[in-house]
Amino acid sequence: MNIIVVGLSHKTAPIEIRERLAVPESRQGEALSRLCSYPGIREGILLSTCNRVEVYAVVEQLESGYARVQEFLADTHLSLSSEQLTPHLYWHADDHAIGHLFRVAASLDSMIVGESQILGQLKDAFEMALAHKRSGVILNKVVKKAISVAKRVRTETKIAETAVSVSYAAVELAKKIFSNLGEKTVLLVGAGEMGKLAAKHLIANGVQRVMITTRDSHSAIDLAKRFNGVPIPFDEFRSELAAADIVLCSTGASQYLIRTEDIQKAVRQRMNRPIFLIDISVPRNIEPSVKDVDNAFLFDIDDLEMRVEQNREERQHEALRAERMVKDEVGVIGQWLKSLEVIPTIVALRNRAEEIKRSELDKTLGRLGSLSPEERGVVEGLASAIVNKLLHGPLVTLKAEAHSAGGTMFVEAARRFFNLDGVTASAPLDDAERADRLDDPAPLVTPGRVSGCAGLEHQSPQKTTDEDP
Amino acid sequence: MSVTLFMTTMVLYLAGTVFFLAYLLRRSEALSKVSLAVTGIGFVSHTAALATRMMAEGHVPLTSFYEAMSFFSWALVLVFLGVEIRHRMHVLGSFILPLAFLSLLSAAALPKEVPTLEPVLRTVWVHVTLSMLGTVGFAVAFVAGIMYLIQDGLLKSKRFNVLYAKLPPLDFLDKLNQQAIVTGFPLLTLGIIAGAISAEFARGSYLNWNPEQTWALATWLFYFVVLMGRLTVGWRAKRAAYLTIIGFAGVVLTFIGVVLKGHGPVT
Repeated sequence: MNIIVVGLSHKTAPIEIRERLAVPESRQGEALSRLCSYPGIREGILLSTCNRVEVYAVVEQLESGYARVQEFLADTHLSLSSEQLTPHLYWHADDHAIGHLFRVAASLDSMIVGESQILGQLKDAFEMALAHKRSGVILNKVVKKAISVAKRVRTETKIAETAVSVSYAAVELAKKIFSNLGEKTVLLVGAGEMGKLAAKHLIANGVQRVMITTRDSHSAIDLAKRFNGVPIPFDEFRSELAAADIVLCSTGASQYLIRTEDIQKAVRQRMNRPIFLIDISVPRNIEPSVKDVDNAFLFDIDDLEMRVEQNREERQHEALRAERMVKDEVGVIGQWLKSLEVIPTIVALRNRAEEIKRSELDKTLGRLGSLSPEERGVVEGLASAIVNKLLHGPLVTLKAEAHSAGGTMFVEAARRFFNLDGVTASAPLDDAERADRLDDPAPLVTPGRVSGCAGLEHQSPQKTTDEDP
Repeated sequence: MSVTLFMTTMVLYLAGTVFFLAYLLRRSEALSKVSLAVTGIGFVSHTAALATRMMAEGHVPLTSFYEAMSFFSWALVLVFLGVEIRHRMHVLGSFILPLAFLSLLSAAALPKEVPTLEPVLRTVWVHVTLSMLGTVGFAVAFVAGIMYLIQDGLLKSKRFNVLYAKLPPLDFLDKLNQQAIVTGFPLLTLGIIAGAISAEFARGSYLNWNPEQTWALATWLFYFVVLMGRLTVGWRAKRAAYLTIIGFAGVVLTFIGVVLKGHGPVT
């Protein structure tokens, strides 16, 4: 039994291939059912975003598993032949597949490292698989772990902290000048896309008052409606500069619209309160010497882009730390997966029984005092007989189910019933896991599987009763 | 007892200074907790030291220069911890702690024996406490001014380095500067009045224009102008930062002058 991933991403495939392979949400359920109908595929999740299409699956055999999943991908879009697809695909198994999933979830494999969208997309894909009952014991655990790893990376590194778009870099700079954007006023000059985007980000970060001016008064009025702002006639906007804390300039004008004198005057009127000017226009619309005016802070597109570039580098640096975390976490889950194998479980079960038998025998024999060797033999025989008879059922079942679809469930069940991992063995996972379990969208039991195992994934009694009305 | 506590405090403030400076120059936030913990323990030890000394002397321990400097350092850390609790502005510690440590160090260099006070001079601690609290305000304004100028320079020259990342927004620093002066100035004013009254009792004259008194009055006048300038004609931001740095330099010079002359305010 192996965990595999087969897929392609922005790193291996051009948009032309990705867009053809992408599976719209409405068809994902059907696609998942088709995936799991291939022989040897026990569990499956389909992650389809604009940057990647990946299939995570639990398969009985590695090579045939790879082949089936690839076949599935080729079948998903009939116009793509397997030969066209193959050069763009990557295949990973077991630790590498899990590591890949963790890196994807933590946005280490994203086009923009640290962006947060992918985590939501992974959650959606997981819910889809749960709703269609295609994710089982193994993928449930692995994906939940991936989500908690992603959260850990987010909180413990600065990977997502810095701006990686020009429009957002403007917000980041504004926050270094003003502590509370809520009480600040933005003046948007021009209707350039970048300017509008920056204004949107500023509003999202608390700015409440927006003034808008464009050469064409109609578009100013339109924009004012959109941003809930005030339109200002274009030939009067210079006299409003003093009222603005942040000036966003993004027009197609070929000359300077704001000159040094304008800003000197505005700063005087503002009694030296700082004014933050962003010139996203090319050619520039704010006279560059404005930067020499005290308490005026001018940034042009190059400055913002430099900031973005620095932030990217910083994210890369943080990504290295995140990679180390991923490596650790893969080790943890690898341990768990290993425990799911049947033979070690049988051995552990026998050892545990032997251990209990020994300690109880010692106690009892101690209390009985002097016994003849014969009597001793009878007592020991009794103990052995009880233990062996009790274990017989579970051991036979474990062996029989080892290669069935629900095999891992039985192993997991045995390990928990007989407490084979000790109380603390699975502790590092527990908190996050329990929290995740509480908001499970759907019961995890496939009708065809033994329903008694349902409770294994849901230890809380309410959950079990929900499923068994 | 109190001497041991003072030494402990000094060591802790030194450690706090080192940790806070390391915190300032590293991208990670990890050191902030250690720095704060060390500073917090140092502050507790400092408070205990002051309390022990107060009990030993039987009065508020603010009659010698040594005590005044130690109190100044204590109040400075107190203000930092207050701002820290309210605004979570760890980086302030990177600037305040060195100042607190240096004050304590200079206190240690001064003689510790308490001058025997004439009964009429027992009220002098009111003068010293108020003046010192006023000075703490100016010190905070000074620190805010320095931080402001650094951040302003970094923004203007577009150097987005570690310092840029760590320093707070400009207007926060400007507000801190303003609040420090607005609080410190009235305290100094009251301190000077209290001093004048003590002097009247001790010497029969409110003011005898000795150099320290002249300097003190000049300082007072300077901060008066700075405060009025801010409130009326917009001397804020960069200008306020420069002015409060100059003002605090004046305060330090006054202190050094008084100490070098070899007598404290009690004589």
